[in-house]
Amino acid sequence: MTDQFEPTVIGFTCNWCSYRAADTAGTARMKYAPNIRLIRLMCSGRLDPTFVFKAFADGADGVLISGCHPGDCHYVEQNFKALRRFILMKRVLVQMGVEPGRLKLLWASAAEGAMFAAEINKFVEEIRKLGPLNWGKDEGGRMKDEISSFITHPSSFGEEVPA
Amino acid sequence: MTERIGVYVCHCGTNIAGVVDVVEVSKWAGEKLAANGVVISRDYKFMCSSLGQELIQKDIQELGLTRVVVAACSPHLHEATFRNACKQAGLNPYLCELVSIREQDSWVHTDKVAATEKAKAIIAGGVARVAHHEALEPLRVPIHPDTLVVGGGIAGIQAALEVADAGFHVYLVEREPSIGGHMAQFDKTFPTLDCSACILTPKMVQVGSHPNITLLTWSEVTKVDGYVGNFVVTINKKARYIKTEDCTGCGICWEKCPWKVVDEVFEAGLGNRKAVYTPFPQAVPKYPVIDAPNCAYFLKGTCKACEKFCPTGAIDFNQKDETISVPVGNIILATGYDLFDAKRIPQYGYGRFDNVYTNLEFERLCNAAGPTSGNIVLRDGKTVPKTVGIVHCVGSRDENYNIYCSSICCMQSLKFAHLVHERTGAEVYNFYIDMRTPSKGYEEFYRRLLDEGTHFVRGKVAEISDFARLPEEEGKLIVQVEDTLIGKQRRIPVDMVILSAGMQPRHDAKEVGKLFGIACSADGWYIERHPKLDPVATMTEGVFIAGCVQGPKDIPASVAQGAGAAARVLGKIQQKEISLEPVRASVDEQKCSGCRICNDLCPFGAILFHEDRMVSEVNPALCQGCGTCVAACPAGAMSGTVFSNEQILSQIEGLLLLTVNGKKAEAVTA
Repeated sequence: MTDQFEPTVIGFTCNWCSYRAADTAGTARMKYAPNIRLIRLMCSGRLDPTFVFKAFADGADGVLISGCHPGDCHYVEQNFKALRRFILMKRVLVQMGVEPGRLKLLWASAAEGAMFAAEINKFVEEIRKLGPLNWGKDEGGRMKDEISSFITHPSSFGEEVPA
Repeated sequence: MTERIGVYVCHCGTNIAGVVDVVEVSKWAGEKLAANGVVISRDYKFMCSSLGQELIQKDIQELGLTRVVVAACSPHLHEATFRNACKQAGLNPYLCELVSIREQDSWVHTDKVAATEKAKAIIAGGVARVAHHEALEPLRVPIHPDTLVVGGGIAGIQAALEVADAGFHVYLVEREPSIGGHMAQFDKTFPTLDCSACILTPKMVQVGSHPNITLLTWSEVTKVDGYVGNFVVTINKKARYIKTEDCTGCGICWEKCPWKVVDEVFEAGLGNRKAVYTPFPQAVPKYPVIDAPNCAYFLKGTCKACEKFCPTGAIDFNQKDETISVPVGNIILATGYDLFDAKRIPQYGYGRFDNVYTNLEFERLCNAAGPTSGNIVLRDGKTVPKTVGIVHCVGSRDENYNIYCSSICCMQSLKFAHLVHERTGAEVYNFYIDMRTPSKGYEEFYRRLLDEGTHFVRGKVAEISDFARLPEEEGKLIVQVEDTLIGKQRRIPVDMVILSAGMQPRHDAKEVGKLFGIACSADGWYIERHPKLDPVATMTEGVFIAGCVQGPKDIPASVAQGAGAAARVLGKIQQKEISLEPVRASVDEQKCSGCRICNDLCPFGAILFHEDRMVSEVNPALCQGCGTCVAACPAGAMSGTVFSNEQILSQIEGLLLLTVNGKKAEAVTA
């Protein structure tokens, strides 16, 4: 392992779709970055925002939230609650001085192992570019730019929400 | 730390040990996680083997373990195994945690150092989590003995008969006016050349007259509520406009009906039916339906010929759709397949050239009960073809359409070749990519065809055209193909082309799957619980699949799956009650502020509000355990078993104990 920055990413998955997507990726031996560690919940709706902040506080550089595709939720519509909380959490993270790009939402069905693996790789690379999470330690004023762009174009974050 | 935790790291042969240094991981857990309560850490070649399980059980008894963490495969595979092992050793099964270092680690990573460090982190997460586990008892709910079978093709028929014969009630729902499915459309079955109808119709009659089967044709399931053992299914019975209690099935109505409609479903567009019809003479049930969008009375307000001539007065133009809801314990989905639309491959000319047929059209063409009474003739209705080309793999094994093999087309094409040869003496060319004849008696059938003098051309057909270059090609269809065995391009003039179009998932498979809470694979077939060991169960308890909904298969395989699904259902019914995971939410009334935020979040209406005490309460019978209310409660009054806040928060801490490089992570001091 080289000395380059290796981000640690915590991924929350739901029992029915996204955890099984991870299983599908595993069974098919699709390779992805070892930087992610997954936690199984019954539903993405179980995701208490505290979990996300706890992960960042304990040293995660990025957090992935994944659930069933809209309309496919095992519990009817609870992934929509996760979506709402995701948008809210992004706003709160900005206020805490954390780049909102460190939080990602991904819909994945049980069949989408390949997509799940590819998205993890993409996300880990994005976090690698952002560097280690430094609460309050703003290097090069990057955070300031992110925040100001968020304030001027708050809807730009809306576009990141996968429909 | 009062808990005594045992950690068991599985090699899974080389599946895990090939990438993760399991000995190192086990040693690390024993030393570094001792402070977290780990008293013993072991590695073993196959933890799921009985010897592996005994290892755990011995430690529980001799070392007095109060918690067990097994690091092996996905909990979806072996969670039950290890929980059972703990239970047998006297430890509550819910005090065991299975963490995945195979599907989520060794199988998806190549960097051995990083994978080993990740395994350590995953185990640290499990150890931290398991300390907060509670001893739980599974919830037991009764199983309703009735079963719903959706789809009346051969798989659904077989499933319904098996369950009904065992003495339990079955609701068989079919969208079309009659059961029978695709098999009823076929002329012969391969490789035995049995008459398809002769072997199918006795089974259909059995279904129609079985005291334990409620047959609901011309009906569709619109809603499914509940869970395994206790589903409530809403079924829309479309208006037949026939009083079935009075109808004798005499057939006078369709004789007298003046409106001819092209039968796109049963006759594959080759023949006509009337506006009041049964799809075929042996239809079960025998009652016809009136096709309202094509009926003169519904279109113009006059006619009523059927009503005038019906000897029993069974026609009722005022009938309305009827919605019924039935309680069932288990569901078998056998909704079959759609035929690949050959028009999607324009170079094959289907729809442009009269004498290019699909396989289903040809089945009707050579069927004695079909539009030509079984005479194989060209579209003009009289010319017998002298040469016939049969194209395999149309829309299958093709990156542009469906990547999978439709599995039946080779045998079906061989059957067609035999039938053409037998009935017309025509010269037959089979154009194939690979010949796939894997089942019992199939290869023998292929050899028989070789002896019969059918020409086999190995190569994918490039184009079918009517553009003649040579005098002998005039008026013919020319099949342009590369014969890969002689390495030459060939142009073969034929009179008739049969396209062996492949199977596709039903056009509405996705929506139907959603209705029943099951998912489709990337190809669109329903996903089985395990591709090898549990092909008829799905990820949703109590919902089973049989036949082509699970993937392309032939009649014997569909029948076997129908019977298999029925056996699984009977097994469940016989248990009389079922244990459910005790993943449930509950309210601490002392902490509940009565804000009612949780009340509206629950999609199952499981949360009641007590106006008098101003607190909410969870009904455990309705709660499905998603945990959304737990996440939302601002007072922290709501808690959820198996996935409690303490469990998840500790797991996060554990997972972040090490960085990717294996260094101790620096906690951020706020």
